[in-house]
Amino acid sequence: MKYIDEYRNPAITQQIINEIKHTVTRTWNIMEICGGQTHAILRFGIDLALSPEINLIHGPGCPVCVTSVQKIDQAIYIAQQPNTILCSFGDMLRVPGSQTSLLSVRGRGCSVQTVYSPLDTIRIAVQNPNKEVVFFAVGFETTAPANAMAVKKAKELSLKNVSLLCAQVLVPPAMVALLSDPYCQIHGFLSAGHVCTVMGYHEYEPIAETYKTPIVVTGFEPVDLLLGIKKCVQLLEQGKYEVQNAYPRAVKREGNIPAQRLIHEVFQPCDQHWRGLGVIPNSGLKLRPEYAEYDAETKFDLSKNEGLEHVSICIAGEILQGKKKPIECPAFAKQCTPENPLGAPMVSNEGACSAYYQYTRHNNAQQ
Amino acid sequence: MDNNFKQPLSWGCPIDRVEYGKIVLAHGGGGTLMHQLIKHVFEPAFANPFLQQHHDSTILDMDGIHLAFTTDSFVVKPLFFPGGNIGKLAICGTVNDLAMAGACPMYISVGFILEEGLDIRTLQKIVDTMKYEGDCAGVSIVTGDTKVIEGKSGDGMYINTSGIGIVRQEPPPSPFQIQPGDHILINGDIGRHGLAVLSAREEIHFEPPLESDCASLGTIILAMFENNIPVHCLRDCTRGGLASALNELAQDSQLTFIIDENQVPIRDDVRGACEILGLNPFYVANEGRFIAFIPQEFVSETLQLWKDLEPESIPKDIGVVVDNRNTPVILKNTIGIEVSLPMLSGEQLPRIC
Amino acid sequence: MCLAIPGKIISIDHSDPTLRMAKVQFGGVIKEISLALTPEACEGMYVLVHAGLAINIVDEDEAKMILAEFENVDVSESEG
Repeated sequence: MKYIDEYRNPAITQQIINEIKHTVTRTWNIMEICGGQTHAILRFGIDLALSPEINLIHGPGCPVCVTSVQKIDQAIYIAQQPNTILCSFGDMLRVPGSQTSLLSVRGRGCSVQTVYSPLDTIRIAVQNPNKEVVFFAVGFETTAPANAMAVKKAKELSLKNVSLLCAQVLVPPAMVALLSDPYCQIHGFLSAGHVCTVMGYHEYEPIAETYKTPIVVTGFEPVDLLLGIKKCVQLLEQGKYEVQNAYPRAVKREGNIPAQRLIHEVFQPCDQHWRGLGVIPNSGLKLRPEYAEYDAETKFDLSKNEGLEHVSICIAGEILQGKKKPIECPAFAKQCTPENPLGAPMVSNEGACSAYYQYTRHNNAQQ
Repeated sequence: MDNNFKQPLSWGCPIDRVEYGKIVLAHGGGGTLMHQLIKHVFEPAFANPFLQQHHDSTILDMDGIHLAFTTDSFVVKPLFFPGGNIGKLAICGTVNDLAMAGACPMYISVGFILEEGLDIRTLQKIVDTMKYEGDCAGVSIVTGDTKVIEGKSGDGMYINTSGIGIVRQEPPPSPFQIQPGDHILINGDIGRHGLAVLSAREEIHFEPPLESDCASLGTIILAMFENNIPVHCLRDCTRGGLASALNELAQDSQLTFIIDENQVPIRDDVRGACEILGLNPFYVANEGRFIAFIPQEFVSETLQLWKDLEPESIPKDIGVVVDNRNTPVILKNTIGIEVSLPMLSGEQLPRIC
Repeated sequence: MCLAIPGKIISIDHSDPTLRMAKVQFGGVIKEISLALTPEACEGMYVLVHAGLAINIVDEDEAKMILAEFENVDVSESEG
């Protein structure tokens, strides 16, 4: 497949790995924000091939992991209502709320429909005029335009039986929250390439400057990831704190303007609770008042879904903040496995713990 | 009920309250949860040496004649999907389980559990398919049963098929026959069936529609025995995909398999659909694909035989068996790095992250 | 949420100006995708697609430039 296969070329990846080896002179902690990047790093074994001085830390860029228990409970509640269809990306189906998961309630007869696109929700609503169709709108900025387009199309068609349960999150406030932590050990960031495709990367420039941290816009194929890591290492070795773009075929500094206009037309910032991290101000998106009729929170009484989080031996918060690796958790691969997850990062295929578990380093296994 | 599953230590995290001590959908997924259920519930209860064979069919000695005996249940939704229906799955699935044990499939029983409200024309279509597939595979449906249950949606049907056949290779292929140095061959491209069912069930439309590879494998397997190819082990790559089949056999044989990702055939349509949906084709179910463990000196002959029987297929030598390296399955991936290819705990779902 | 895949625009349907649907090819399959966010996208171009919408047009010149740096890398040595 064009623009994928070329970036999985083994000779080119080896070349870049060698270039990084010759550049690095000390240990650097580099965080990749996006769960998709975590997945790719571990799937392709990139962390195995890199010099030991490069310490890749897996950040909280997995909406599955960071969507609050309360939101999941609300989605489950909605799915359990009569004459209701809850539409969701497949990612969210297995994530447990306080008591159960969307997949489980689907198994018991509730109407939960997996969709590939938020626009599928519109089609389902048109096909089912007597049912309330609710889309569980999770995601980072990459997904926000698609979620916004679904709402816009619903309004255009004057649909009365469709709404959104908004649980969207934004990357820059989370990055600032991580960097503001006095114990933060992160030296540099690989920024989520497709988030930047939509939003551009100008909003990261003041962050890089303020926190003296290089931020490199990075893609998802092995060559893209390694180029991002190489640029980050170069900046760190040179003592430079700036934003650089290692994914120019997909990202421009200004981003996708029509997409940004659409997001601003439909959504506005709000405080958002991140599972494992707590509330981060202005780190989420909610529907603007003029789209209130499409807000599931106005159509359903969701006040009873407290979704309280409790303290346990799960160290999801420290994993998501990059303070510890999954393998440093005492429960990892013992009490906590994908079959018996103690925390969200083990549930999601993109979660640091699950991805680490799935692609357990076979070199380590030999010890 | 005695529960041998590991219990979480936490007493507060909401995640902990997920379904412990209860069956969840993933228990039927072909992954680690299902294997835990078998290991901790069924095997201790039924405890006998036959179950320790750990193969698709069990081999019984009936006064010196080796019979293979198997059973399977089919709960697929939707009932019809591109390339087949639940009836075709039921016949081919049981025929294939017998073939994987080295047997010539002969007789099948069919048990229907029908939901009240099911359209009889739907049932007729499925039954006609089963008759057709049985004839193609050379098996007779010799006994059956029917039950009706209260329906939720009026379109439900579940089928159980059991089958017997006469073993055609001694010793029969089994995980315990696998040896270091064996090559691992696959009879064609992977990922079609799971995508066909997923697309139909979740209404994710592709052009052209992805079709299941559901097919009986009896003929191609028996041909190996007829040509005196020593087959150490066979396994069809159904629920959980190629990766699950490899992991199961690696665990049972206590050996390590090294797989070359570049050699595993994947069609362009499956590749494209998997990339869009974020699925790994190694974990997508197949219903017409199997792996065979063959000594090195018979690899070329086997691949040629398969190609002669099915000229449209893409059979490949995808890997080799080595001594135990603590990791059951090692994948040499497309960028040349060796990573573990583990078992998944449940079914893959489409993702956007 | 970051899974976005490049696909080639095969044809554009102009009947819905809001969604601007198109048939986009990914490997051996075609899927209907909205080009609403990429008004300059035309047939034959590659777009990056996420959750049913194209989020940008792949910059083919930039793609070539990145790979051009590695033109002298011997691909054959990577086999085996």
